[in-house]
Amino acid sequence: MQDALFYTFAFLTLVFGFLVIANPFSRNPVTSAMFLVLTIVSLAGLFVLLHAFFLAAVQVLVYAGAVMVLFLFVIMLLDLKAEERRKITVLSIVGGLLSVGAILAIFLSSLLHAPLRATESPALEGSTVRLGKLLFTEYLLPFEVVSVLLLVAMVGVVLLSKKDLK
Amino acid sequence: MNVGLEHYLAVSVLLFCLGLLGVIVRRNLLIIYMSLELMLNAANLALVAFSRFSSKPDDLDGQVFVFFTITVAAAEVAVGLALIVALYRKRQTAHVEDLTMLKL
Repeated sequence: MQDALFYTFAFLTLVFGFLVIANPFSRNPVTSAMFLVLTIVSLAGLFVLLHAFFLAAVQVLVYAGAVMVLFLFVIMLLDLKAEERRKITVLSIVGGLLSVGAILAIFLSSLLHAPLRATESPALEGSTVRLGKLLFTEYLLPFEVVSVLLLVAMVGVVLLSKKDLK
Repeated sequence: MNVGLEHYLAVSVLLFCLGLLGVIVRRNLLIIYMSLELMLNAANLALVAFSRFSSKPDDLDGQVFVFFTITVAAAEVAVGLALIVALYRKRQTAHVEDLTMLKL
């Protein structure tokens, strides 16, 4: 059952991911954004299979919710209709496929030769509670630093979106 | 055949390569940005899988790391999209081929 779910979610993730970057039916960025939402939701399914329930929820809430709404806002703000008909050159496709194929070969060969004899650790009960405790004890300093980072990002965005950027 | 760490890592690798292909091939800044998100998500999947299949029982360090990655990615998206909007205001384009003012 779990295996079938894994293969389903993995297949959906990769197909939707491919449709984000190369959709044969439409070059509209809005379609890409929608397929990115679907990719992220199927990744959340994989997270559930890995017993990372809190992260699956965060993935859906933060990525599929907040981040993608931001993306869609900007796409509609920019009104990119005229850009749709640009051609992708053959050179860039060949170069891209070559370089990505090379890095894929490196990844896969290292994956095949790695001595991975990992076994699944026993199922965790209440891992969200433990995650929260870990976050506020051992990882308290990074947590606070991240809050400062969010503040900095917010100030930066407000400054960048002013009308007369100096 | 049981699904193990290798399977999750293979999915992560393929997703990362899809994102990289998008960054190289596509010419629209927003799509390049979405491909970057794909790559970040692939890395997240690998980290969660490592955390799950760790030899130490109850190892949640990977999940904490992914939590921070998601937060940083949210901040990064906000700043990056603000930059794209500011650029669009100045140059009226979101296309990388038109943005060559740094070229010598």
